[in-house]
Amino acid sequence: MKKLLSTVLVTVLCVALFAGCSSKKETAASPSAAASAEPTEEALSGTVATNGSTSMEKVIAALSEAFMAKNPDVTVTYDATGSGAGITAATDGTADIGLSSRDLKTEETGLDATVVALDGIAIIVNKSNTVTDLTLEQIAGLAKGEITNWKDVGGPDAPVVFVGREAGSGTRDGFEAIVNVKDACKYEQELTSTGAVIAAVAANENAIGYASLSAVDDTISAVMVGGVDCTEETVLDGSYAIQRNFNIITKQGAELSAAAKAFIEFALSDEAETIIKNAGAIPPSGK
Amino acid sequence: MKARNITEKIMHVIFIVCGMISIVAVLGISAYMIISGLPAIKEIGLKEFLLGQVWKSTASEPLFGILPFIMSSFLATFGAILIGVPVGLLMSVFLSKVASPKLASAVRPAVELLAGIPSVVYGLVGMIVLVPFVMDVFGVKSGSTLFTAIIVLAVMILPSIVSVSENALNAVPKKYEEASLALGATKIETIFKVSIPSAKSGITAGIVLGIGRAIGEAMAVMMVAGNVANMPKLFGSVRLLTTAISSEMSYASGLQKQALFSIGLVLFVFIMIINVILNSLLKGGYRNEN
Repeated sequence: MKKLLSTVLVTVLCVALFAGCSSKKETAASPSAAASAEPTEEALSGTVATNGSTSMEKVIAALSEAFMAKNPDVTVTYDATGSGAGITAATDGTADIGLSSRDLKTEETGLDATVVALDGIAIIVNKSNTVTDLTLEQIAGLAKGEITNWKDVGGPDAPVVFVGREAGSGTRDGFEAIVNVKDACKYEQELTSTGAVIAAVAANENAIGYASLSAVDDTISAVMVGGVDCTEETVLDGSYAIQRNFNIITKQGAELSAAAKAFIEFALSDEAETIIKNAGAIPPSGK
Repeated sequence: MKARNITEKIMHVIFIVCGMISIVAVLGISAYMIISGLPAIKEIGLKEFLLGQVWKSTASEPLFGILPFIMSSFLATFGAILIGVPVGLLMSVFLSKVASPKLASAVRPAVELLAGIPSVVYGLVGMIVLVPFVMDVFGVKSGSTLFTAIIVLAVMILPSIVSVSENALNAVPKKYEEASLALGATKIETIFKVSIPSAKSGITAGIVLGIGRAIGEAMAVMMVAGNVANMPKLFGSVRLLTTAISSEMSYASGLQKQALFSIGLVLFVFIMIINVILNSLLKGGYRNEN
């Protein structure tokens, strides 16, 4: 009898194990084109498809999470494909909103770019490093392995250890694009998170690396770039060189769905500022 | 009577289902690796993929050569074996033949605990203790090197080598050793000339198991090896097959992602080969004992 009971229990457990896998299909949302005509105040529904920059992942994830919490019937999707692909998606209409961490090029016409956030990339060195100011050219030289000793940039006689992020990282992409060292960097270490880069720089006297401004803490020091400190203010007024815009790209003349419109409005609202800050970016000025 | 029969039958079915799960998992994973790993190899070209020396997956003209990863993985494993095997073998001799039972019973749990430490902890300790240590002692500019990875892996494979070798040494029939001692051989001579040779197949199995662990380790290596896709140098930053996958997977797309699956396939093939060797060694060992 006991055996029978245990058998039944085992069977139930097995079944329960499989049952866990299947019941997850309720959130299938209706297609994006559905809610276009009447922007009623209460019940927004549909899908907002965003597509583009991997660097913007954190900001967009935080914004869409907050937006979906407010509008439970709306699903915001995000494809991390890169800025170029995001702009293409906005042009072709395959996404409602394109995301680009660079500004539009002159030949990319027919699109509107709206800045949702600014991103500053700090150049970080070990606390014991005496170098406090580097020009963009010097940073490029350090990154490309042309400058291999700190004494060439006014520091001690010690080898340069250049630490960075893995291929595909948005911060790496941003740094390499702005400093103009794309695919030419000679890394000593490639780490998979901003925190790991900071830890590596903190642990090695001769290290130099880059990290998102929001992640900079007092275990390392951020150098001035061309005489300008890396702070929120200098990023906002545009005087700090290693920064970029996070843009929302929409097609000119295309009718956006009510949900997409609301999402953009939300992203530019005062309410979104704290969310953007918490996601590690800087909300644009004047909002 | 009838109820018992039904129970038997039900349990029988449950056993079969549970047994099948592992087979389904292995077949499923194999099929998945092959299906998702082949397209990129086809597109890149087998020769360019396996023998290419440059990996630049996100460049405007991407290059997908994984020879640096294969070489680094091979050298890291080889180095770990070079350090881990002598230490592990002597440790198992100590546990099995030299130490008093009391001392052995204190050391053995320590070795077993070594096996239970999560690899991320190995990585963390390696990163915080070993990396600066290597940097200071060897005067290299960055301590995240192939050498550091070898040390970490050598410690990680110790438990597999020790436990399997110790079992093999314990299984050596007492009469062999007694005969050797009776013929006037010393204890040390007996260990090296009688016990170890008789336990050869078991020890080899332990080593192969260690190789399998070393080649498949990702987390600990990722934290100490620097992860730059260089051709391996002992005091240079390296990226292994495992870390190549895990470091780029999170942001990869398109051909880059497919190429990562292909690296997985290569790694999978290596592990399979190691397993086949292991199985034939173990079978050989049993045949000898019979």
